[in-house]
Amino acid sequence: MTAPTTDTALMPFDDVLAAYDPALGLEVHVELNTASKMFCGCPAVFGGEPNAGVCPTCLGLPGAMPVVNGKAVESAIRIGLALNCEIAEWCRFARKNYFYPDMPKNFQTSQYDEPICFDGFMDVEVEGTTYRVEIERAHMEEDTGKSLHVGGSTGRIHGADHSLVDYNRAGIPLIEIVTRPILGAGEKAPEVAKAYVAQLRELIVALGVSEARMDQGNLRADVNLSLSPKGSGTLGTRTETKNVNSFRSVERAVRYEMQRHAAILSGGGTILQETRHWHEDTGITTSGRVKSDAEDYRYFPEPDLVPVAPSREWVEELRGTLPENPTVRRSRLQAEWGFSDLEMRDTVGAGALGLVEETIAEGAAPQAARKWWLGELARRSNEDGVDLVDLPITPADVARIQALVDEKVVNDKLARQVFEGVLAGEGTPDEVVEKRGLAVVSDDGALGAAVDNAIAANPDVADKIRDGKHAAAGALIGAVMKEMRGQADAGRVRELILEKLA
Amino acid sequence: MTEIVRSTAAALAERLAAGEVTSTELTEAHLDRIDAVDGAVHAFLHVDRDGALADAAESDARRARGEARGPLDGVPIAVKDVLTTRGLPTTCGSRILEGWIPPYDATVVTRLREAGLPILGKTNMDEFAMGSSTEHSAYGPTRNPWDLDRIPGGSGGGSAAAVAAFEAPLAIGTDTGGSIRQPGAVTGTVGVKPTYGGVSRYGLVALANSLDQAGPVTRTVLDAAMLHDVIGGHDPRDSTSIAQEWPSFTEAARAGSTGDMTGVKVGVITELAGEGWQPGVMARFQESVDLLVKAGAEVVEVSCPSFVHALAAYYLILPAEASSNLAKFDAMRFGLRVVPDGDPSAEEVMRATRDAGFGDEVKRRIILGTYALSSGYYDAYYGQAQKIRTLISRDFDAAFGSVDVLVSPTAPTTAFRLGEKLDDPMAMYLNDLATIPANLAGVPGISVPNGLADEDGLPSGFQVLAPALADDRVYRVGAALEAMYAEQWGGLLLDRAPGLETE
Repeated sequence: MTAPTTDTALMPFDDVLAAYDPALGLEVHVELNTASKMFCGCPAVFGGEPNAGVCPTCLGLPGAMPVVNGKAVESAIRIGLALNCEIAEWCRFARKNYFYPDMPKNFQTSQYDEPICFDGFMDVEVEGTTYRVEIERAHMEEDTGKSLHVGGSTGRIHGADHSLVDYNRAGIPLIEIVTRPILGAGEKAPEVAKAYVAQLRELIVALGVSEARMDQGNLRADVNLSLSPKGSGTLGTRTETKNVNSFRSVERAVRYEMQRHAAILSGGGTILQETRHWHEDTGITTSGRVKSDAEDYRYFPEPDLVPVAPSREWVEELRGTLPENPTVRRSRLQAEWGFSDLEMRDTVGAGALGLVEETIAEGAAPQAARKWWLGELARRSNEDGVDLVDLPITPADVARIQALVDEKVVNDKLARQVFEGVLAGEGTPDEVVEKRGLAVVSDDGALGAAVDNAIAANPDVADKIRDGKHAAAGALIGAVMKEMRGQADAGRVRELILEKLA
Repeated sequence: MTEIVRSTAAALAERLAAGEVTSTELTEAHLDRIDAVDGAVHAFLHVDRDGALADAAESDARRARGEARGPLDGVPIAVKDVLTTRGLPTTCGSRILEGWIPPYDATVVTRLREAGLPILGKTNMDEFAMGSSTEHSAYGPTRNPWDLDRIPGGSGGGSAAAVAAFEAPLAIGTDTGGSIRQPGAVTGTVGVKPTYGGVSRYGLVALANSLDQAGPVTRTVLDAAMLHDVIGGHDPRDSTSIAQEWPSFTEAARAGSTGDMTGVKVGVITELAGEGWQPGVMARFQESVDLLVKAGAEVVEVSCPSFVHALAAYYLILPAEASSNLAKFDAMRFGLRVVPDGDPSAEEVMRATRDAGFGDEVKRRIILGTYALSSGYYDAYYGQAQKIRTLISRDFDAAFGSVDVLVSPTAPTTAFRLGEKLDDPMAMYLNDLATIPANLAGVPGISVPNGLADEDGLPSGFQVLAPALADDRVYRVGAALEAMYAEQWGGLLLDRAPGLETE
């Protein structure tokens, strides 16, 4: 076990591109939000008391048998259709055999050479250029249990004192979406990877088939990367970086692996075909398991399940339930919101399209919604190193804070404190305003006294205003705000000053 | 031995209905019989005296209230130890499940309970149903009530011996390649493998999922039909279970027992005879065919050329599925756990447990199956085996295009001696030559006792196979043959079995 270190040799990014062409591949696991698990009636809810949501089937007890969850098949088909895939007329589940303590049967019921969805694509836009990402397949499978390795320094099984396994997650339906190698992205490879995952998430949210929260593991990305000598048209040896769990990490992991591969290759070394672990904190990958040809999952068709054969009528019926195509949707939203091209591109690039849309749906004006998500909240997400969607604040919260501004309960400056409170888990926007005492004072009695004090303390400014120089009111407003610790309705203060000095 | 344990289940059902006997009396009589003879026979791995008597008392109370749940309410039964029973040990004849008490009932067991049959206990079997002699049980072999030095067949030797030794009027077996029918043949009892999907497999600890099927083990064809009516039918917990209404098999058996076979076309399978088939077994088979002709059946010879490859295909498909099924026995969640000295990893615990918990035959098949599924070998072995399976199904389809049922001897020989074939797996495997094709094609089959072989005076069996879904035909033809023999013999073949009483 190599401890995470940062002394790995890296080649400067621009030098990588001068010598090599990157080939990208992404495998994304989507945890479906069906009521029950993939093959049994247990609730498909992870968390809660460990091993409470289990039955003989998802525990892999002797004699228990699987039954396919029809709703999961429906979700798989809808995802496939949204990704422009063909839907198999007939397909089977297969057993992927390998031993691991958190896998109840020591085989995963998955799909092998007969995926339910295949041969699709998704167009991804990065800075005005469209990249077509080809989808090789999207297939159904079940999740494993979750191991907690107690003791030891790494939190991994080797070196742990003991391990605990929670099987609540075992059997939760997953859809694995696999791309073909993405070639020709060049210097934009990291951004294309990020944009693909972000747009895929947007699609999954629009389909309503998953909670799609990367920080909760509802959406998990594995990043495959290889380099080949520039212009050679070949494919190099790839590494597979597992469980990269945010958009920005996807981008960083691609960038890191490109630089690491290039350093090794340019030094005459060879890339080991292996899985690698991503370290969110240090932004590096470390060696995991070596994937050799010896790894043999002994796939064969699951004999306990009959083939899945979705009728063409059903598939067409499901096609009718698809959300709008992402490109069409963007054009529509841009027109509806009146965003400039640049504003739209920034919104999409920040992964904020869905968030802005939801915020507007909750009642905020488009520019206000954009301002908060791309301003205050984007700043926070950068500082905290998390994606916007993973910030502990909802579009409804953002819309409510804007409403508080519109209702003049808070001003912009106080609104930032409300954001801070909500992000700190102090409650809803209204609760934060209440607890922190942030509401601006627009009550004439309280404000009047402060205005009087300000006039008394600044006689020469007051004289200027009396002489009609209304612009000078700013100095008095500032004095009032200072006395009121910022919690005054600036507009009302101005009115009061002008009334009193009329 | 009280006379009551010699009754057929159908007769017991009548006596219960007439109020001549109580379920408690019946159940006690069988438990006493088990006490008396099972030391010698070893048909049971676990006897649930208290549970069975409690079930019997409830049955009696129900009947007293006029709420009996069906004809077999109160008739006790034995269950092969490969079906899960809530609160009762289930070992599959393996050390690796020693001490495991399942938290749930198999669907077959649920249906038995719902129909009011007290469960006497769990019967012995070859470990994970791998074998044809019950010698591969980790808990010691079961002995054939006809001759205690001989095997009772397998893997369900426990269920067949329990019925043959009058320890239970009814039993449940499971049949993957003949494990119900072959023990039936060598113990002089009746065994039925239903159409694949006819009886739920939920709770049946899988040997080979695509071949396994639970079914009745009884002393008469009518008893088997009555039991089949209780355990059969669609189960949403088993995806491979057939969703359709089934005809009454009890009625089919009653119709057959008139002995009239007029208009029935019977095909004798050419490939299931010849070298290696015991002359006494073949002689009895020919007599049975002659009887069917006498009863009005039209008999023709039918060739099923692919059947000669059935054994080879079976011994690839079965180990492949089994190697994967048995992976779950890893000491993590249930059953045996062997912890090596020192500070072992999870992998080391798994390895040590599987090494200590599985017997040699199980390990042999795990290795075979793992090999057959390996990358680079899959097409040559598993893939080819599946093709043979398709060819065998086609042979059946073609045959059933011209005949109503196919017949053969159930097993090539009568019961062999304990230990005789233990060191020769191939010889052991050959015992299932005639029964395996039905499992590969998913069609139903029955074995009916058809006399004693001249060489050794031991029972032989007559197999009747029908197209998938046409289980009623095997009951009809089986009951007809049984009725003709009953007339000839003045009773059942088992009436001629030697007594087991030591007193």
